[in-house]
Amino acid sequence: MSTLILILITGVGLGALYFLVASGLSLIYGLMHVLNFAHGAFLTFGAFLGFEIARRIGSDTWWAFAASVVIGGVVGALFATLTELALIRPLYERHIEQVLVTVGLALAAVALFEGIWGSDPIYISAPAWMNETTSVFGAQVPNTYWVLMAAATALLISLVVFLRFTRFGMIIRAGVENRKMVTALGIDVRKAFTLVFAIGGSAAGVGGVLASHYTGYVSAHLGSTLLIFAFIVTVIGGLGSLTGAAIASVLVAVLQQFANYYLGGTGDLIVVVALAAVLLVRPAGLLGRTA
Amino acid sequence: MSAQPILEVEGLQATIAGQQVVEDVSFSVPSTGITAVLGRNGVGKTSTLRAILGLIQRTGSVTLAGDRIDGLATHRIVQRGIGYVPEDREVFSKLTVAENLALAERQKNPRREFVDALFPDLVKRRQQAAGTLSGGQQQMVSLARALINDNRLLMVDEPTKGLAPRIVGEVAEALAEASATVPILLVEQNLEVVRRLAADAIVLDGGRVVHTGDANAILDDDALVHRLLGVGTAETGASA
Ligand SMILES: Nc1ncnc2c1ncn2[C@@H]1O[C@H](COP(=O)(O)OP(=O)(O)OP(=O)(O)O)[C@@H](O)[C@H]1O
Ligand SMILES: [Mg+2]
Repeated sequence: MSTLILILITGVGLGALYFLVASGLSLIYGLMHVLNFAHGAFLTFGAFLGFEIARRIGSDTWWAFAASVVIGGVVGALFATLTELALIRPLYERHIEQVLVTVGLALAAVALFEGIWGSDPIYISAPAWMNETTSVFGAQVPNTYWVLMAAATALLISLVVFLRFTRFGMIIRAGVENRKMVTALGIDVRKAFTLVFAIGGSAAGVGGVLASHYTGYVSAHLGSTLLIFAFIVTVIGGLGSLTGAAIASVLVAVLQQFANYYLGGTGDLIVVVALAAVLLVRPAGLLGRTA
Repeated sequence: MSAQPILEVEGLQATIAGQQVVEDVSFSVPSTGITAVLGRNGVGKTSTLRAILGLIQRTGSVTLAGDRIDGLATHRIVQRGIGYVPEDREVFSKLTVAENLALAERQKNPRREFVDALFPDLVKRRQQAAGTLSGGQQQMVSLARALINDNRLLMVDEPTKGLAPRIVGEVAEALAEASATVPILLVEQNLEVVRRLAADAIVLDGGRVVHTGDANAILDDDALVHRLLGVGTAETGASA
């Protein structure tokens, strides 16, 4: 029983981490029809700079942790904004070139991070509480998972509020339906493009810092690994659907954890099988629009 | 007709996916009243409007109230004072009526009272998702989005397409009222509506302007109507 609960809760926690990455992918794809392969680079850069600031302040204090989360978010947002302005915008409406340029940036960024921080993982420390566990019906749940869940929940709520109740949110929702008509109402839809990159990059940057606490280290490849699962989650949820991404994040991660425990560590394989199954039965994903 | 036309189009050409859909279009739109754009299906009426707005690749010169606008991005052209009501309405179906209108507002004091008075049906449906409205109601949302600003020109593409006769009358009435304050370039297949609303008309064929002049004079010319619009007589209208 306690094993079941532990797998379930850690699954939800891992799903929370996936969502931090997948939310941005989903928003960007929904509005711009660009699969952003550079998203992992935003995450990794956020993780590295978060780590740098934390270790200067004193890694095992809450202050250092809070500062690293903020820095991760800011760095992710800045990196993503620059990427959009310098690389994506000049290729306006040329989707294939836009995707290729994000692939190139992802590869270059990994090389750059290895040049700066080396290719070995750097182990990090955290506030003592995060290394402890909390007992839930007998299951000893590492506290890091609570932080992941809290962050993803906060992100989901903020995104929903932002999309529902702000003018920019309205422009994004309208743009997902029909970008040309948004411009035909006199609105510069490219500003919304930059904004979704900034928001997605910020979530990824925060995700990077939290991912480094989840794995216990930072490395130049942190983002690449997570990005694969985030893409799978985004596709299963339905490309462009934020709610779909949230649901799929949790489903996929829980499935993955169960398979890892009960089916001899086949979690990754099962995820790919699930992806294939969803694509066969519902090609547009769980909540995707048919098209 | 007052002196300077509000819109002048010279040698407009446009392509979609490499195919030329507007061959060589030149015309001007007077600064008052309604000017109709006529022509058979597929002659390039919609494409001409889209080219003027920069929604498709185009070359040639377009002048709005004396200023060239053909080099500008679509949102800048619209900000210069063009309201666009596209063919097939293109409302944002998941947004509410209120959100569709709010999105369109470009000026400090949008003409909300004017629009509410023109379309009382929409007032009680403000919180309804636009995608759940009837075709006629969606057309009103689309018109309202263009009428909520003080524009220099409206471009309205087949506003009565697929609507029941009573709604056609309402839409025509709304356009007549709007035309008191803003010139309108109107693509319309329903010739009775054209006869009722338009002062001038431009006839397109094969991506070119083949005839311009007084709207009623054109519609009275049975041979011309038959040849260029593909209908028997003006009186039967064209609903296809
Ligand atoms: N997206 C597109 N791709 C390829 N060809 C197109 C596209 N849109 C329009 N065309 C072609 O451009 C030509 C002009 O089309 P357009 O829609 O401008 O005509 P129209 O006069 O508005 O017709 P209708 O009266 O049916 O609305 C047509 O031959 C059409 O097939
Ligand atoms: Mg048309």
